[in-house]
Amino acid sequence: MIYPLGLLLLLFLVICALIAVSLKDLLDSVIVLSVYSLIMALTWLEMNAPDVAFTEAAVGAGVTTFLFVAALSKTKRREE
Amino acid sequence: MANGEITSIVIRTVSRIIIPFIQLFGLYTIIHGEASPGGGFQGGVILGTSIILLTIVFGLEEAKRRIPRGLILVFMSLGLLIYSGIGLLDMLFGGKYLEYTRLPLPLPAHEISALSILCVEIGIGITVMSVIILLFFYSVRDEDAHGINA
Repeated sequence: MIYPLGLLLLLFLVICALIAVSLKDLLDSVIVLSVYSLIMALTWLEMNAPDVAFTEAAVGAGVTTFLFVAALSKTKRREE
Repeated sequence: MANGEITSIVIRTVSRIIIPFIQLFGLYTIIHGEASPGGGFQGGVILGTSIILLTIVFGLEEAKRRIPRGLILVFMSLGLLIYSGIGLLDMLFGGKYLEYTRLPLPLPAHEISALSILCVEIGIGITVMSVIILLFFYSVRDEDAHGINA
């Protein structure tokens, strides 16, 4: 059974994923991807998996954002 | 932004205050990993993130002065040594790999198990923290980091 909160979170998740794919500015894309990770962490929490939610919030929203920005600073910011 | 260092006094002061609390929360996550959500991996990531914040705010040179590269390599190996050492110690006393209850300590079996799991979590935390710090140091190492402003 899907609760209304879970449905809302999944809807936001799909919207964030579509925005992250469609943006041409890669820095904006990385930031939207970190928002995606935070919503994903909330979804895990709503599914009663706090351990996975913890990992998703720390790794997905924290470390990979830093690593993506560091990788972007070596290459070009805009997609052709 | 000389040397990739942030000069805003607000950011510097807030970071200096908040970094010890981030590290304290990481230690809490590692120590309480068996009773509540969290564990060695998550706590190690949080500890590594505090050092990433220090690198962003105070610059790479300051972070490398505080945490030398040799120390990171030693910590990486130390965590792995703790993890595999406990596992091999269990095999030495006739159990399977990471079968905690075979250790000859004067304690009940479940306490030996809890103590060993805590040591294993600490080892995982040390290794994950060092690897994340090293990854970040290597990925921001170069001096021609101007593409983000282009």
